[in-house]
Amino acid sequence: MLAEAVAMPWRRRASERSLTREGRIWTLWSAGVLITFGLPAAALVWIEPLAAPVAAIFLGHGIAVLHLQARRGARGVKPIGSATTEADRTALGLLGDLVGHDARALLADSGLALQRGRLGAWLVGSEGAILVRPGGRRVHCFCVRVGEAGDLPPGDRVAHLLLALREDEHGFATVANRNFSGAAWRLRPQLPARARPALMRGCAAAKQGATRLVAKP
Amino acid sequence: MSRLIRLDRTGHTELASWTAGDPASHEAAVEAFRRELDEGMLASATLPDGSAEVVRELPLDADLVVMRRPIAGG
Repeated sequence: MLAEAVAMPWRRRASERSLTREGRIWTLWSAGVLITFGLPAAALVWIEPLAAPVAAIFLGHGIAVLHLQARRGARGVKPIGSATTEADRTALGLLGDLVGHDARALLADSGLALQRGRLGAWLVGSEGAILVRPGGRRVHCFCVRVGEAGDLPPGDRVAHLLLALREDEHGFATVANRNFSGAAWRLRPQLPARARPALMRGCAAAKQGATRLVAKP
Repeated sequence: MSRLIRLDRTGHTELASWTAGDPASHEAAVEAFRRELDEGMLASATLPDGSAEVVRELPLDADLVVMRRPIAGG
């Protein structure tokens, strides 16, 4: 059990079921936003077709809210950049050893570490993680960081999160704060361009299913 | 050779290393391990299948034990 999750007894432990439920709640919320803005827009056009530009602005506002939610999820992850100091290089060297051969190139290109788990495929950044659920269509974005990370190189921050994830995947998802759940296609354009291939790889890995167990349930 | 490392501002620092046939190196590693735990670090032992395990005692058969800081929701 992850020590940090044990220290939060008031939080319900994340599970396959809780993630599915949260995903449905996010879908309902998104549908609610679309209906709230879409229905009045449609009614406006029906009553007065000349008001179509106003209706379009109204509908656009609703779509913008959905984009902002996905952007918030994407921004929380923070892919790591290239090494500029000796400490960065040392940290990246260890992280490269931890992730293994397959994920090392992806880490160098995208700044995100891919980790397969029971809940899906994880993409870990320096201040958060993306979980691509089995099937590769839905993602959950989590905000999670090293408690006192002030002086740590970015590579070490990812290594911290990766180790915690490997220790207890469900505990990791319990400790982390959720900030978005939705379709992978909604998240993709909000990620930095270099991180997008990592999301595609994560989706592909999630479609194939969890091939390597990394945590105890 | 097994290694005990700490993730820190330098990237990482090797605190101790030990081999199966060297009790003195075991002892030094255990002492370094306990010191880190006392300072609030958490220990993660990497297992052969790629997973990791939280440990409270230094597993002398582990290849790599990493001392890390606690994580928190962002």
